[in-house]
Amino acid sequence: MSFLLGSGAGFSGDRTDAAVAVVDELILRGEPCALVFETLGERTLAAAQRRMREDPEGGYEPLIEELLEPVLEKCVSHGIRILGNFGAADPAGACRRVDALAKRQGLMSVKLAEVFGDDIRERIGQLDLEPWEAELGQLPEDGALVSANVYLGAAPLVEALRLGADVVVAGRVADPALFLAPLVAHFGWAWDDWDRLAAGMMAGHLAECGSQVSGGYFADPGYKDVPGMARLGYPIIEVEGDGRLVVTKPAGSGGRVDERTVKEQLLYEVHDPSHYLTPDVVVDLSEAEVRCIGRDRVEVTGIRGKPAPARLKTTVCYDAGWQGEAEISYAGPNALARARLAADTLRERLSFRAPGDLRSRFDIIGHVSVFNDDDGKLALAREQSLDGDYRLRLAVEHAERRWVERATQELMALYCAGPAGGGGVRRYFQRRLLSASWLVRREDVMAGARCHDSACGRKHVGDMEESET
Amino acid sequence: MTSMTATTGPRRLHDIAHARAGDKGDRLNLAVFAYDERDYARLVTIVNESRVLEMFAHRGATQVRRYLLPKLSGMNLVIDNVLQGGVNGALNLDGHGKTLSFLLLSMPLVVDDTA
Repeated sequence: MSFLLGSGAGFSGDRTDAAVAVVDELILRGEPCALVFETLGERTLAAAQRRMREDPEGGYEPLIEELLEPVLEKCVSHGIRILGNFGAADPAGACRRVDALAKRQGLMSVKLAEVFGDDIRERIGQLDLEPWEAELGQLPEDGALVSANVYLGAAPLVEALRLGADVVVAGRVADPALFLAPLVAHFGWAWDDWDRLAAGMMAGHLAECGSQVSGGYFADPGYKDVPGMARLGYPIIEVEGDGRLVVTKPAGSGGRVDERTVKEQLLYEVHDPSHYLTPDVVVDLSEAEVRCIGRDRVEVTGIRGKPAPARLKTTVCYDAGWQGEAEISYAGPNALARARLAADTLRERLSFRAPGDLRSRFDIIGHVSVFNDDDGKLALAREQSLDGDYRLRLAVEHAERRWVERATQELMALYCAGPAGGGGVRRYFQRRLLSASWLVRREDVMAGARCHDSACGRKHVGDMEESET
Repeated sequence: MTSMTATTGPRRLHDIAHARAGDKGDRLNLAVFAYDERDYARLVTIVNESRVLEMFAHRGATQVRRYLLPKLSGMNLVIDNVLQGGVNGALNLDGHGKTLSFLLLSMPLVVDDTA
């Protein structure tokens, strides 16, 4: 019998009703399964850490209740374990929130476990660090450090499952480890069974971005058409004990699972495909193959594993001044010329109204914006109709808030003191976070799991007894 | 002459391939796949490291590495220093570089006659 992995969310800000159809399908199938919420991006954790300074309940995923509310009761009553990194900077706080939700729903014995050990902010000065391969920067000064979190592997999540948790609340863990953990707990895979660990990790990799493997982030009308985009079915991965895996989605849902959707996600954020680093195994995808074996069913084979790396990746986030953006629109006859005049006027204003170390960028949205470089070289090389619908955008950064405010206010002043017909000004600014990646020695990381309350501790039926962990 | 195929057949990479972008720090990966496996050899010829580097040079790209995946009729391109600081550092609207898969797909299929 296979083990089913369902995805309920693929990032912080994802659809919050996606898990409903997945859970219904998991219940219908009646096989052993788990539901995973992945809601933690590179910066999300630092943002949570910063929110927590001002709001004691701000340290975990703000949508946690919205995500769990429609499925918690169904999952608990059908024995579907839930794992999520929605604990962000405060897994204990998230547990309290889930506990309150459960009690409100009349679920008196939901067992929660939190994963700890990813937060190394207090210790980072004493640890042996190596820069991540693409990292050039220095460690920030102590005062600027906002967060430092290790990407944990599946082991502490497995520990949480073995404590009997119905809901496992983690902070920073490698995203696919959230999916590998229930497989290890269920099949009893050994921690040096590299090919199986690699297959499980890639099952997680395929599902961790939610609909990105089942028709999301894929549609290109006339080239790659996707039916039912408003009701995309989030993925379900069927995994066998020997590591065979099939990607599918709930019957009757929108979206599609085909060889192309699976290929695009297989290599998403991968660098060397023969050496994809994860905390628990180095994955070799160079011989991987995908094969459609039915409607919305794709089998992935040929995934190989190599021994886990000696060091674990750590993301360090730190305060780095302020950033701001402001925009104004020009449309109709000669709009591009008016937008360019607005840009030139603003550039000249900033040269004497703001300090020389203000970093700035000008885009004309509708002409060339996202493909451009910071100096606008690509836009200058491209001809375009002067008539149209264009939007001047200014982006700035500076160590001091007042200069970011001043610069964006200068764009706003184009309302009256700029070219004819400008409108629709939007302006905002915020603290700027920078991040850097470092590698810590595996043995320096002390991670584990603990029960949130005393109800936690009984075994779930179907779990393997402790294997060689 | 290649100009005939240029006007009647596929004109740019977007006509024969699909792609997805992903980022880590200031490094971008673009996974590119031929729709039809018979176009894979053509993909390998056209989407080479130097052409890709040229296409992203205006953004300061310093290096392109290409990993071929014949069993997937595709390749993975890893481009360094193309994100102008990456998601956290960039002033660009799209700090992740997520839209850049479609910059790659705008690559002409016909190599300049003078090249």
